[in-house]
Amino acid sequence: MSEISRADVEHLAALAHIAMTDAELEKMTSELGVIVNSVKQVQEAAGADVPATSHPLPLTNVFRDDTVGHVFTAEESLANAPDAEGSRFKVPAILDEE
Amino acid sequence: MTTTPQSLIRLTAAQMAAKLAAGEITSVELTQAHLDRIAAVDDTINAFLHVNAGQALETAAGVDKLRAAGGTEAESLHPLAGVPIAIKDLIVTKGQPTTAGSKMLQGWMSPYDATVIEKIRAARLPILGKTNLDEFAMGSSTEHSAFGPTRNPWDTGRIPGGSGGGSAAAVAAFEAPLALGTDTGGSIRQPGAVTGTVGTKPTYGSVSRYGAIAMASSLDQIGPVARTVEDAALLHELIGGHDPRDSTSLPEQVPAFAEFAANHDVAGLRIGVIKQLQGEGYQAGVLARFQEALDTLREAGAEIVEVDCPSFDYAVGSYYLIMPSEASSNLARYDGVRYGARVLPEGGPLTIERVMGATRAAGFGDEVKRRIILGTYALSAGYYDAYYGSAQKVRTLIQRDFDAAFEAADVLISPTSPTVAFPLGEKLDDPMAMYLNDVTTIPANLAGVPGISVPGGLSEGLPVGIQFLAPARQDARVYHAAGALEKLLNDAAESPLWAQIPALVPAAGAGPDASRPAAAAPAFTPEVGGAK
Repeated sequence: MSEISRADVEHLAALAHIAMTDAELEKMTSELGVIVNSVKQVQEAAGADVPATSHPLPLTNVFRDDTVGHVFTAEESLANAPDAEGSRFKVPAILDEE
Repeated sequence: MTTTPQSLIRLTAAQMAAKLAAGEITSVELTQAHLDRIAAVDDTINAFLHVNAGQALETAAGVDKLRAAGGTEAESLHPLAGVPIAIKDLIVTKGQPTTAGSKMLQGWMSPYDATVIEKIRAARLPILGKTNLDEFAMGSSTEHSAFGPTRNPWDTGRIPGGSGGGSAAAVAAFEAPLALGTDTGGSIRQPGAVTGTVGTKPTYGSVSRYGAIAMASSLDQIGPVARTVEDAALLHELIGGHDPRDSTSLPEQVPAFAEFAANHDVAGLRIGVIKQLQGEGYQAGVLARFQEALDTLREAGAEIVEVDCPSFDYAVGSYYLIMPSEASSNLARYDGVRYGARVLPEGGPLTIERVMGATRAAGFGDEVKRRIILGTYALSAGYYDAYYGSAQKVRTLIQRDFDAAFEAADVLISPTSPTVAFPLGEKLDDPMAMYLNDVTTIPANLAGVPGISVPGGLSEGLPVGIQFLAPARQDARVYHAAGALEKLLNDAAESPLWAQIPALVPAAGAGPDASRPAAAAPAFTPEVGGAK
């Protein structure tokens, strides 16, 4: 049996900011169950003594000179914005006015 | 020999470059021949999301002018100057739309060029256009593109591989001699295998990722797509090298890969057959071509050894935890505020939360949503150690397997894909089956090592790919091994595999499912000549 419930998927969709219909939630729950069951065998592969790898070829201390590089103008930055006003992005209301 | 547009497009990139340098052809002629080919066949193939005719011809005319004038400027032209190229639409380009195959970015115009694009512009390669891909490079068939699937030029009822099916199909169908791809879990190599072309995933960090739209940042890598090993090597030389704008970029010099590709002597080369990447789940025809490749290399003096990589059995599981985890984080940027689509929810208050939810619901396709949710799950409190943490440990074990294998062998070999191209639609309803298709290519991404796919012959009329892998920073070895196998197989067959492709039937005969609605590419007609 899958360990992922429909309520879990609903919660995850909210965390990921993706609105989902009931039908989508049902489908995603069953698909996710199959996928998680297939990939969870990774838990048996490595013991506690194996270090984690986050990056294939790690580099350390990658710095550049602290000088101003290329910057976009406000116009360039806003060229693709769905909504803008003056030299600013226009953002929908952050708080729900109840 | 007279050169017709039809014969021009069937040359290799190296041959085109030689003819340009010798003044036998012009870049305008060559570029126009490819644009004409795109116009003739791309309604069927759907390899291009945008055709950049005006700008490409302008670049071509500039090269021709420089060459005609002679002098130092002509002499200092890059060897590939004037040879056209297609760009996977995950790589950002000024002056052309970049969509990542997603409705989320439909119509988005990048304000900057990727580093690899800057290099291509500096070398004066005409950019033919942007090629189709699975949405945000998530997929193995190009069926997850929001703009309809690309079709395999060998059989238009089948997938061209993915995510870079557009680049591979364009090269296989003679719509472009060269293309750029990106490879996160096999997206350059597997399309190469199933279209009978060549594709390289370079060592992680050896080609700048600046300007490649991020999927999984610790796995993503830009690389060359071509019909021959030499062409891939030449393009790799052009795009490789350190980039201060990519903090994961390796500081090493770029070797002369084409010289290694031209060294066909494999006497004494130790080639390791990976025990875990054969047998069950692999089609008989794929294994038969693979065995022939081994026999051919052995007869040429290579030493074939078997290597054991037990942790590869966990590679797909590890990959499908790490990749979605990184993707869920990378794709958080599509919030409907700064760029990309914004969709308003129906009814109710217009808060940022609800606008984001509606935007991401409408802008992302099913596969992207699946991976974002899976990644969000793998990273959530209580599951992080069990899933993401375990997957990262497997990554260490896979690196150790590679280290041990490269003690016994100079390069490793496997089939590039367990199967030949499958019919469109076959795996769309079974995500896990689609994921398992990547079993052969994923280990290289997890470990950061280079890999190449080179044609290995046909099975039931469809191309089979052979993969070579080398230690990190030893990309030259994959060019040596692949160049040698390519030469041996070409000599035996008397013509390269890519030249044996059947003539394309026009759109009316586009396979059994030509009526699929997805093929109609709604609201996104490639704008021929539309350099806006």
